[in-house]
Amino acid sequence: MKAPEFTGFDNFIKLAQTPLFWKVIGNTAFWALLTVIPSMIVGLGLAILINRKTKLLSFLRVSYFYPVVLPMIAVASIWSFIYMANNGLVDQTLIKLGLEPLLALSKKDTVLPALAGMYVWKEAGYLMVFFLSGLQAISPEVMEAAKIDGSRGLHLFRHITFPLLGPTFLFVSSVEFTNCFKLVDHVMIMTEGAPNNASTLLLYYIYQQGFTNFNYGTSSALSVIMLVTLLIVSIPRFFRQDKKVHYN
Amino acid sequence: MKREKIAHIFITAFSAIIAVVFLIPLVWMIGVAFSEPSFQMTFLPKTKFTLDNFKYVWKAVPFARYYANTLTVVLLTFVIQFFTSTLAGYALAVMDFKGKGLVFVIIFMQLIIPNDALIIPNFLTRSKLGVIDTKLAIILPFLGSALAIFLLRQHFKSVPKALFEAAMLDGANTWQVIWKVYSPCAKPAYMSFAVISVSYHWNNYLWPLIVTNAPSNRTLTVGLAIFAKSKEANMQWANVCAATFIIILPLLIAFFIMQKQFIESFVGAGVK
Repeated sequence: MKAPEFTGFDNFIKLAQTPLFWKVIGNTAFWALLTVIPSMIVGLGLAILINRKTKLLSFLRVSYFYPVVLPMIAVASIWSFIYMANNGLVDQTLIKLGLEPLLALSKKDTVLPALAGMYVWKEAGYLMVFFLSGLQAISPEVMEAAKIDGSRGLHLFRHITFPLLGPTFLFVSSVEFTNCFKLVDHVMIMTEGAPNNASTLLLYYIYQQGFTNFNYGTSSALSVIMLVTLLIVSIPRFFRQDKKVHYN
Repeated sequence: MKREKIAHIFITAFSAIIAVVFLIPLVWMIGVAFSEPSFQMTFLPKTKFTLDNFKYVWKAVPFARYYANTLTVVLLTFVIQFFTSTLAGYALAVMDFKGKGLVFVIIFMQLIIPNDALIIPNFLTRSKLGVIDTKLAIILPFLGSALAIFLLRQHFKSVPKALFEAAMLDGANTWQVIWKVYSPCAKPAYMSFAVISVSYHWNNYLWPLIVTNAPSNRTLTVGLAIFAKSKEANMQWANVCAATFIIILPLLIAFFIMQKQFIESFVGAGVK
């Protein structure tokens, strides 16, 4: 290994001139969009479902949360069969229904949404628990008062529950933004960036540059970009304590 | 009233359906793992129950070795973290020293920066140290845990000063105070960081992949990934499902037994 030499911003300038770099940034931004908002919506939905008195509670909680505990490697191995072209579970089901197979992982438009579907399944249970504690922190008096005023169902949710969950949303989105960047096990197992780098995410690009191309300068520059991004998205997490006042 | 009851039944049924949807990948995987290989995938296994996939996989892949490696890494990491984090947590919670604020900020920063962003510098340091392809290399970046220090510091801060003074009057030294007075008061913190640490290192893939080459040092996740991507595994989903099952079983059992502890720990940590 050559000793590193100080080159100023050379690595960054070289990156900015690489079309693949911009593609990866685009993929990663798209990935964040595909995972953060859907897993928050599903997480909140699950939280609402288990925030009730029901005999099934323990069963529901285990079923919603267990994917969180599994290693991403195991999840990706199972889901690569679910998504496998033609013979996979999804495509076989479609063929039996007389529809075209999806070939989800082999097309550039469907590969990231397909991976995101799996990711949401794995992550939603985790976010569910934050939303659940957010929901349970809303004081019953507020809910009662709103109900006496005639607020029900969706109206109650939109005007009372949703605004009161504000701090939880902020915190959860920060957690989720951080999480969605820092895992690429599924990319390594299911696609390796294929087709044509349509599923190459930032951390996978770092790994490729560093350990396939042995391009430590480039991969270190990429690491700096990732680090700065992570620092920015994790800021809201640390306002959580202060915002707790909002609940009471 | 009647309307609300109908709504209640409806929502309960809906939540159960969603639960079943969530369970499909797991149940399907277990079904495939215990049935004969077939060329096309179906929701319900068509063949009779068999253990052949497990027999094949156990022979084809050195899982016993991988298990031993993962257990070594996971336990050793936890024991070292237990020790270092207790001392650091105590120092930051109870003692007064110059630069305490700075030390705290540096440790706190580590909470924000995930290890995965640092794979390149971590790898380069390990290769300078000449420890690449050892279990030590997997453990080295995790000798301390910012999360554990943070949790323990909070717990230690809430230990009443009177306990500390009473122990001192009885002639205990700092070492004894830490392990006999403070440490037993922080059991919940140890539990929750044990769950986080063990499941993180059990599941971790990228780092062990980078720093190990020989099968004798690979962990379960790396072994599974290599098997799942190998030629022998191509289209052999029954075998891959069996291998996956072997790997996730201990964690799943632990989760089913201690679901509340798991959920609380994951959320209490706020970081994974």
